[in-house]
Amino acid sequence: MIPQIIKTFLDSDIGYSFMKSKVAIISSVIFFTIVLVSLLAVIISPYNPFDPKNVSLMDAFTPPIWSVGGSVDFLLGTDQQGRDMLSTMIYGSQISLIVGFSSIIFATFLGVFLGVTSGYLGGRYEIIVMRLTDVQLTIPSILMALLVDGIARGFISKSLHDDMAIYVLILAIGISEWPQFARITRAATLVEKNKEYVLASKIIGLSDIIIMLKHILPNILRPILVIATIGLSQAIITESTLSFLGVGFPPTNPSLGTLIRFGNNFLFSGEWWITFFPAIFLVILALSINLLGDWMRDALNPKLKVR
Amino acid sequence: MFNYFLKRLLQSFLVMLIVAFVAFSLFNFVGDPVHNMVGQEASEETREQIREKLGLNDPVYTQFFKFVSNASNGEFGLSYELRRPVSLLISERLPATLELVLVSAFIAIFFGIFFGVYTAINREGFVSNLILISSLLGVSLPTFVIGILFIYLFSVILGILPSFGRGEVVNFGFWSTGFLTLSGIKALILPSITLSLFQMTYIIRLVRAEMMEILQTDYIKFARARGINNKVVNNRHALKNGLIPVITITGINVGTLIAFSIITETVFQWPGMGLLFINAVQFVDIPIMSAYLFMVAFLFVMINFIVDIAYYFIDPRIRFRDEVTIE
Amino acid sequence: MTFLKINNLDIEYQTRKETIYASKNVSFTLKKGEIIGIVGESGSGKSTIANAIINLVDKPGKITNGSILLDETEICNNEEVIRSIRGKKIGFIFQDPQTSLNPLFTIRDQLVETIQTHTDLNYEKAIEKSIKLLTEVGIENSDKRINDYPHQFSGGMRQRVVIALAISCEPDLLIADEPTTALDVSIQFKILNLLKKLTVDRNLGILIITHDMGVIAEITDKVLIMRHGKIVEYGKTLNVLSKPNSIECKSLVMSIPPTNKKISRFKYLSPEGKQIIDSSLNLTKNIIKNWGIRELSNKKILDFKNVTKIFDEEKILSIREPEDKIKALDNVSFNIFEGESFGLVGESGSGKSTIAKIICGLLPPSKGEIKFENLSLFDPKNKMKIKEFRGQIQMIFQDPYSSLNPRFKIKNIISEPIKFFQKNIDNYSLNQNVNDLIDIVGISRTSLDRFPHEFSGGQRQRISIARALATKPRLLICDEPTSALDVTIQAQVLNLLKDLQEQLNLTILFISHDLPVIRQMCDRIAVLKKGTICEINQTENIFINPKHMYTKELLRLMPKIKSIN
Repeated sequence: MIPQIIKTFLDSDIGYSFMKSKVAIISSVIFFTIVLVSLLAVIISPYNPFDPKNVSLMDAFTPPIWSVGGSVDFLLGTDQQGRDMLSTMIYGSQISLIVGFSSIIFATFLGVFLGVTSGYLGGRYEIIVMRLTDVQLTIPSILMALLVDGIARGFISKSLHDDMAIYVLILAIGISEWPQFARITRAATLVEKNKEYVLASKIIGLSDIIIMLKHILPNILRPILVIATIGLSQAIITESTLSFLGVGFPPTNPSLGTLIRFGNNFLFSGEWWITFFPAIFLVILALSINLLGDWMRDALNPKLKVR
Repeated sequence: MFNYFLKRLLQSFLVMLIVAFVAFSLFNFVGDPVHNMVGQEASEETREQIREKLGLNDPVYTQFFKFVSNASNGEFGLSYELRRPVSLLISERLPATLELVLVSAFIAIFFGIFFGVYTAINREGFVSNLILISSLLGVSLPTFVIGILFIYLFSVILGILPSFGRGEVVNFGFWSTGFLTLSGIKALILPSITLSLFQMTYIIRLVRAEMMEILQTDYIKFARARGINNKVVNNRHALKNGLIPVITITGINVGTLIAFSIITETVFQWPGMGLLFINAVQFVDIPIMSAYLFMVAFLFVMINFIVDIAYYFIDPRIRFRDEVTIE
Repeated sequence: MTFLKINNLDIEYQTRKETIYASKNVSFTLKKGEIIGIVGESGSGKSTIANAIINLVDKPGKITNGSILLDETEICNNEEVIRSIRGKKIGFIFQDPQTSLNPLFTIRDQLVETIQTHTDLNYEKAIEKSIKLLTEVGIENSDKRINDYPHQFSGGMRQRVVIALAISCEPDLLIADEPTTALDVSIQFKILNLLKKLTVDRNLGILIITHDMGVIAEITDKVLIMRHGKIVEYGKTLNVLSKPNSIECKSLVMSIPPTNKKISRFKYLSPEGKQIIDSSLNLTKNIIKNWGIRELSNKKILDFKNVTKIFDEEKILSIREPEDKIKALDNVSFNIFEGESFGLVGESGSGKSTIAKIICGLLPPSKGEIKFENLSLFDPKNKMKIKEFRGQIQMIFQDPYSSLNPRFKIKNIISEPIKFFQKNIDNYSLNQNVNDLIDIVGISRTSLDRFPHEFSGGQRQRISIARALATKPRLLICDEPTSALDVTIQAQVLNLLKDLQEQLNLTILFISHDLPVIRQMCDRIAVLKKGTICEINQTENIFINPKHMYTKELLRLMPKIKSIN
């Protein structure tokens, strides 16, 4: 079954363009490796950095292995609390990826639902939805996420907020991203809905729900997939930014952004690795997704298709 | 023409009204404003007095109307945390943010267009590929990481540029500017580049995509078929058409820059509105949050209104929409 | 005097799987004052040759062999020389006037720029010359209109501006790539006349590229018929059209709908040159059994009564710009009787497609009533009943590339409507049904598991017909079903429609802008102009003895080709 799917994929035009693009292959290998490693964090990472018995202040500020004072026990050194950098990073990327994926899935569902229905049904409903997206696009996504986070803080207490940080962030980022999906799906829906195969379905008498689900949606998946990919890297960056600004994940449960935030305090005193490694890791993650998205945009764009 | 302007103005007004409603709801429904003002010790009587004084017992629409009329006069009440008028806090910090955003917008738009056009025309060249790869890197680098890298490189290692603050400022009435002192300009360099990079890469990619599409159109082919030389075709025919979407982006761009200045200001401890806002979020200082939201939306809507007007003069298809002759 | 000589020209396109020749061993010559037509079906390489002359072949195509001599100068693949010749010695006209002018520059800017590129005239002189040129191509008030932007001109006027630009530097050669395809018949006629006049007045040589045999017959002196990159026939237009030699050319000419008479079926030739009369007679048996026998009653099946349609969607703060407040239909009435084929003919904007959409229920009428048998189709009381009746009216669309859902297998495309109307159908009968339908439209059953993109335009149109027949319709609306197809494919699809109508007792509403096609297909015709009906009559009466001024005008402008059938 799975070899079958891979075979059909490689036979298709997209598969061909994938195999021809070194960038696409390399970036997807990197991306899926990171996803795999972070999924298997419990097995792969050298330590569990949140288990107090693995952490000793004695080990704090150990530099990476190749520097003077480095230790074989901590490949990439330790942070101010003596936690192994590599392990905290693996666990941190797990959090970043969970938030990234969940918020994008949330934004995709909301945006695609509103985009398809408003584009297809039209009328007053469409006007309201599009005005709403216009207004929200007035507010840049990072600001929107900050506002949602701020409002959540108004309703729940500080300690509860730390525990619920993951849900608050998914909500905040998801809400800040959906208008893009709504706009693009609506535009694509407007194109599809006037195509003759949709008219033919209407003439047969198929219901609107069936037409939207079975006919329109499968035909607009490509642009949605492209913006979802690029949106994923944006979501991961937004999460790390919020954490860096101190309104995301608490130090007890750090994401990559939180690690950078605290490492930043030690930049001037020379402990560069505490900031540097999580930052590089974050950039590689975002870059691999962006490269993949960039390739996808070209490969899935019928206009640029090379015969 | 009058209709066009009126329609745009009406739209801007509507957007502002909705934003005002959000800001108002934020103010009224998040937490208990009275509790936030007087704390827990106050008696039920004082609470009721304040409630009455704030108009919280009025019907919602009256409160909203009051909020809007206050907001349009720049009145947003007292900060919960700092106990000073929000309008004062904002106006103190507005110049710092606006100067930063202005310089960044200029860098982003100028270099963005330049590199975008260059890469679209010289598609296969080495320099083009270099620009494109760095632009993708630019999209993947979070603003705060860029800031940290810059600080580490230019302040910690090389020690040539300051890592925080605005330097010396000169005051003109309510406005304080950093443009007139050497330290002020030096302090501006790193934050403004940091802030502009992300937007610049975005504009590069947009301009490039737009130009490449235009270079495929029939009227460009027709111009070439008429023997008009490549330089003129690229720099006159294609560029003018390619810049139209850039005008739209400029509007959104400035709004985004204001929002992203929150991050830059945090990294560089730049004393602007963004820093004020991020503290407000941490302490749930609702008046500052709603005022900031209102300010940003207002600037954004203003800029977009200006952009729409500019469109009118640049694109003849809008100007002469109604007069098409029939054969 | 021969001034353009093309010898053994080869142009290749390298694709992922194969090398395609857009031109193989093409040679011809052109004299001043002469019009040569290159005609061929889509993909025959005709446009590529035109682009090769000015060295603007689209990537990844490239010229691999041959020579192009202009006044004894080799210009093939010679960018240096060709750059000074483009626009100066060779003028070029593109297909779509809507997109060939830069929207942000006035006509004046574009004319003056072109003139000053190639001559030493100063600005004032260049403007003077531009105004003269615009007058020459038939633009009134040219001294004022020169300051307008392209979108302020209508399609036909824009094409005139394009022609003015193309001849602005006194070229010897004008290359026109489908110059009238995007225009209505009446405007096409005027543009062709203008081109003819220019050849005489300016001693120009014109190379005209088209798929339309009518244009060829109307204007060219010589014609070059191309197929798969090769010339299959070359000679005087009159000779080629009346006495073709090659089999390819013969079958092409036989497929042209004759304008002077009605033929019962198009004939076509097998690759060996034998005549085939294709018929699906024996294949429809199962379908007829399934549908039950239909009595031909000749009673009124559709009553379209006093229908007015106004597009008027003014909203406060609307997102989309309000569509122009236009009466698309103004008090239109006609009837269709069972078993006949009724034609609607008119130019773009005449409202013919609006009528189709109203009958199908895609648009509500603003005023008036539509009755199918005795059921009023827009009466809210009949809502449930209408739903069951929907299958009785089906439609075939114009664009074969968008009329099938690209994500559906052919099997699912055809079975979807069957399942919708027969919810309890078992798998066996469903498959049986789908097989029968695909048989009668002449597509093999093995195609059922494939996706639409694997089929050509003509095959897709056949699949559309199968889908439309799946609901056992009685009224089939065909909205320009063949206007996107090549002429030989068109002939086959039209034959199929005629066969099906005869055997299944279908009633057909046939919509087209193409008078010869309408003549072949319809028993009665309504002529539409700007949303009103000019005249309704028997087809032969309309063609032989038109009553209305507009009908007469349309017939006069129709390019005339005699049938060799």
